[in-house]
Amino acid sequence: MIKASVIVFPGSNCDRDVKVAIERITGYAPNMIWHGDASVPSSDLIVLPGGFSYGDYLRCGAMAAHSPIMKDVIAKAKAGTPVLGICNGFQVLCESGLLPGVLMRNRSLKFICKDVFLRVERDDTFFSRCYRKGEVIKVPIAHAEGNYFADTETLDRLEGEGRVALRYCDETGTVSDAASPNGAQRNIAGITDPTGRILGMMPHPERLYEAALGGTDGRRIFESAVISLTADAA
Amino acid sequence: MKALIRITLKNGVLDPQGKAIEGAVRGLGITGIGDVRQGKFIEVQLTETDQSKAKQIVEQMCKDLLANTVIENYAYDLVP
Repeated sequence: MIKASVIVFPGSNCDRDVKVAIERITGYAPNMIWHGDASVPSSDLIVLPGGFSYGDYLRCGAMAAHSPIMKDVIAKAKAGTPVLGICNGFQVLCESGLLPGVLMRNRSLKFICKDVFLRVERDDTFFSRCYRKGEVIKVPIAHAEGNYFADTETLDRLEGEGRVALRYCDETGTVSDAASPNGAQRNIAGITDPTGRILGMMPHPERLYEAALGGTDGRRIFESAVISLTADAA
Repeated sequence: MKALIRITLKNGVLDPQGKAIEGAVRGLGITGIGDVRQGKFIEVQLTETDQSKAKQIVEQMCKDLLANTVIENYAYDLVP
């Protein structure tokens, strides 16, 4: 049994999408946890969903990062509970300090909603073990603030520690400035903490998890988590 | 007392909104301008009357929430 918890902030709008994806893939419905709650029930996986928490006031994710529930999310993440932050969830992870850097306004200043190609940089982490290293996958983005920024020292550390999980690329897997939809530094679309158990990513894997949705490339994020959890338990 | 807080992007951090504003200003036919950088202005009423305690409060607010010090600087004035 997989016990997942999806945190629902005022303004989350991908919470039910990710709930359905997790339920279909794992066979178990996740708990939906309101941001004002004081604690997350004991969970195998915590998901911070996409959306516009608190209307993106001040900075994307800034208010949500200080929601009552986040104290416990941060404590559980630090104690080893895997956390997946998608889009706004990635922004919340950065604002809460669980991941470094910040997601800035896209360089075009436009909200971008389209499928993009991603190169999988690791195939041996909690959320990536069902992919192949170097594989090119297609997953949609839908954001106005996905332009990943961190200082050079932080970027070098992320690269050195193998914490860049996903990069924007073209169809052939070539990572170039032209292949970056939003101007993200080093084409970063997703990063992890040093353990690989906290993943923040701008693209939406829950939007392409079965063929009826137009693709299945997002599915293996969740399947990887299931296999990793089974391995944890063994 | 109130705090007048200015939050600006650090030097070297790309500011596409500032660039767009600059382009729009030039589009109006206004000349004699250089780079434009945009930021936020936040005004907070303080019930604390002690100047040094008020400073501490504002510092904490800025560090913990109002500014993201990865990309932003903050500055403030305390005024009556």
